[in-house]
Amino acid sequence: MADKKINLTLNVWRQQAGQEGAFETYKAENIDTNASFLEMLDVVNENLTCSGKEPIAFEHDCREGICGSCGALVAGMTHGSHDRTTLCQLHMRSFEDGDELTIEPFRADAFPVIKDLIVDRSALDEIVASGGYVSVKTGSAPEASTIPIEKNFADSAMDAAACIGCGACVAACPNGAAMLFTSAKVSQFALLPQGAPERASRVKEMVDTMDKLGFGNCSNEYECAVACPKGIDVKHIARLNREFIASRTRKKK
Amino acid sequence: MVELNANIPEGPMAEKWTRHKFGVKLVNPSNKRKYKVLVVGTGLAGASAAATMAELGYQVESFTYSDTPRRAHSIAAQGGINAAKNYPNDGDSVHRLFYDTVKGGDYRSREANVHRLAEVSNQIIDHCVAQGIPFAREYGGNLANRSFGGAQVSRTFYARGQTGQQLLLGAYGALQKEISKGTVNMHTRCELIDVVTIDGRARGIITRNLVTGEIDRHIGDAVVLATGGYGNVFYLSTNAMNCNASAAWRACKKGAAFANPCFTQIHPTCIPVHGDYQSKLTLMSESLRNDGRIWVPKKKDDKRLAAEIPEDERDYYLERKYPSFGNLVPRDLASRNAKEVCDAGYGVGPTGDAVYLDFSEAIDRLGRDAIEARYGNLFEMYNRITDDDPYETPMMIYPAVHYTMGGLWVDYNLMTTVPGLYAIGEANFSDHGANRLGASALMQGLADGYFVLPNTVNNYLADLKRDSINISHPAFEEAEQTAANKLEKLLAVKGTRTVDDFHRELGLLMWNECGMARSEVGLKKALEELPKLRDAFWSDVNVPGSGDDLNQALEKANRVADFLEFAEVMLRDALDRSESCGGHFRLESQTEEGEALRDDESFAYVSAWEYKGVGEEPVLHKEPLFFEEVPLSQRSYK
Repeated sequence: MADKKINLTLNVWRQQAGQEGAFETYKAENIDTNASFLEMLDVVNENLTCSGKEPIAFEHDCREGICGSCGALVAGMTHGSHDRTTLCQLHMRSFEDGDELTIEPFRADAFPVIKDLIVDRSALDEIVASGGYVSVKTGSAPEASTIPIEKNFADSAMDAAACIGCGACVAACPNGAAMLFTSAKVSQFALLPQGAPERASRVKEMVDTMDKLGFGNCSNEYECAVACPKGIDVKHIARLNREFIASRTRKKK
Repeated sequence: MVELNANIPEGPMAEKWTRHKFGVKLVNPSNKRKYKVLVVGTGLAGASAAATMAELGYQVESFTYSDTPRRAHSIAAQGGINAAKNYPNDGDSVHRLFYDTVKGGDYRSREANVHRLAEVSNQIIDHCVAQGIPFAREYGGNLANRSFGGAQVSRTFYARGQTGQQLLLGAYGALQKEISKGTVNMHTRCELIDVVTIDGRARGIITRNLVTGEIDRHIGDAVVLATGGYGNVFYLSTNAMNCNASAAWRACKKGAAFANPCFTQIHPTCIPVHGDYQSKLTLMSESLRNDGRIWVPKKKDDKRLAAEIPEDERDYYLERKYPSFGNLVPRDLASRNAKEVCDAGYGVGPTGDAVYLDFSEAIDRLGRDAIEARYGNLFEMYNRITDDDPYETPMMIYPAVHYTMGGLWVDYNLMTTVPGLYAIGEANFSDHGANRLGASALMQGLADGYFVLPNTVNNYLADLKRDSINISHPAFEEAEQTAANKLEKLLAVKGTRTVDDFHRELGLLMWNECGMARSEVGLKKALEELPKLRDAFWSDVNVPGSGDDLNQALEKANRVADFLEFAEVMLRDALDRSESCGGHFRLESQTEEGEALRDDESFAYVSAWEYKGVGEEPVLHKEPLFFEEVPLSQRSYK
């Protein structure tokens, strides 16, 4: 952990809900390279506050890469240019002294801007509400050991379940699609026996909801997988497509 | 006047919960929909409680300050969740989990509550598996277990290093299921700013819409606080940035006693502090202590790199001092020992406030792949933050504030001293005593939410007389006015220092005087400093912007204002409890070997503090603790 200080120029998107937004330029000075990107924004905000200006609004909470709150386009990349990183886990050692950075909110039709870098991602909750769960009531579960699951399937389900719901996949997609997000949930349950009873209805309902909420279609750009801080694979989209077709052809009893 | 009645059911320990479930009053299914329950917080406890009560038929209103319920900080729990399944056949049982938890809590928890926790632990695993949570599995397809500090059996279920995330997403899924049916009405970006009591009962809450600044009144038949702990009173902690004590503190100001506030947990394995810009500390799961060995150089101020220090010049101090538990001693011991070696000058790293957590032996024994499979994501996270590769060089770790065992006082039904007001999960004090064992927080949050509260809330609601009270009642009017005035006052100061600046100062004061080691002198000094800091805050804080839109500085200021009041109760509690126990170490009370010295004669009680006004001395009430099943003894992990 070498100690080094750098200076940056930031072009930051400032916007109030319902109004037009614009970029404003700020200096980030004397930034320790061990600081995280959000800690760098904290320093900028402290200075803005002290000089009588309103700090930049940005969403954040756990600051350890798991809650999915944070996210912004940094130089055009969701969560910045590092692989498999959330914005809070991007560190200033990834930048050079004198860098000029553009920082703007996730852009997608389904994610309206609330303020500055904060967008409304509640559409993702609506997708989950339409079927992203196993409908089991508390108290009605069988003894856990009666459901053995092949390790490979459990591991693949976990790979899919690692999604943090940050919305970077949507923001990175040229169509603003939520296919990676939705497919991760569909995949998790399609791989597990617990998901079987609702398998067909789940994929159908979730895809319908996704379409209704203004998310775009998938045209196999794979930008989502590059943007995903948790490395969710596009093979889950392929599985969603298979599940979707199967749900259409499944005979009604 | 606060009265403490724990309402512990009669009968043998192992039958109390079963008898109680039969004894509580029920609300018949068609009447349940007539009752409304307000649940604040959507972490493990809040989401599971809201979903389960909605399944039962109650009308549920759920509140979170986040943009979605899935962000709650339960999501960051890494290691796992305990249950007494005994799948590994290593001698575990409900009684052993109960015993370990009471002992691990250093005999400051309520036996009956802990026994119930151990009993329902197995149902939690059943339920979570049925939800499709991808727990780790053996090759044969069965659930895998690992061991955790403070236990000699493997009873921890896990989903890689993301157990909290997976369990929370399970509860969140259940919540979304009920939202889609219309049985839960979800309020996101909505923060509690006061609790409303009418005729001594909790009847509602006041909230602020964090996007529009609108202040709203919500009425209900019961109010449930699932609002987490108060670790952020220290500014730097492993808690998420938004975690706060405001809901619990506002409840305390409305008559709910606050229990054991001095019981805070300092987690032994966190990434050390490295700069004054630092906003939070990151935990490295305790599960790492399964395979990592903790050591410092035998020589003081040894500046050599870890690799240059030969084996015989390393002090594996936990293995040396506690041969039977070794690196897996409970958290309080592991933390205190790290502080001791660092204070004595053996610490490593640029600040000297760190010890090594070394995986080289485990990598030699099991191979890099096996270690990667177990801890890959944790190693990656460590590498991201520090730029060091733990496969090559040992991790550097240091203790950090992590969890708060104290919380709102609750009886066996999880009801606070205000009728109709419940506290669940980390927000209450009930199950962990003076020290929480690893993988027990997830267990307790889900036990309270899925299995305990939905059974005990009936008992209160069944007796409730219907009335015509609505949100125009003067109590709502007054609570809204008080909360709104406070926000206006914060905005009006327009001083010179930022909210974070005050929060950092408060945090440092608390860490120095009420952190890993506490003394009468230090605590008294802090009690003198605190009111000055509070006055400085109210005369010099700078909260930019207005109250009519999204204003993060205002949110933060409102929370820090509460921390500045709450901290006083914490200091008073730490001063009152002149014994050492669990996470509470009083320098005046230690054995000749420097171990914590408990004083059961004088302190086998729960302290419950009654609020009397800002700057006024709170009143201490005591709930005596009785140990029938787990005989009191000085803890030994040697």
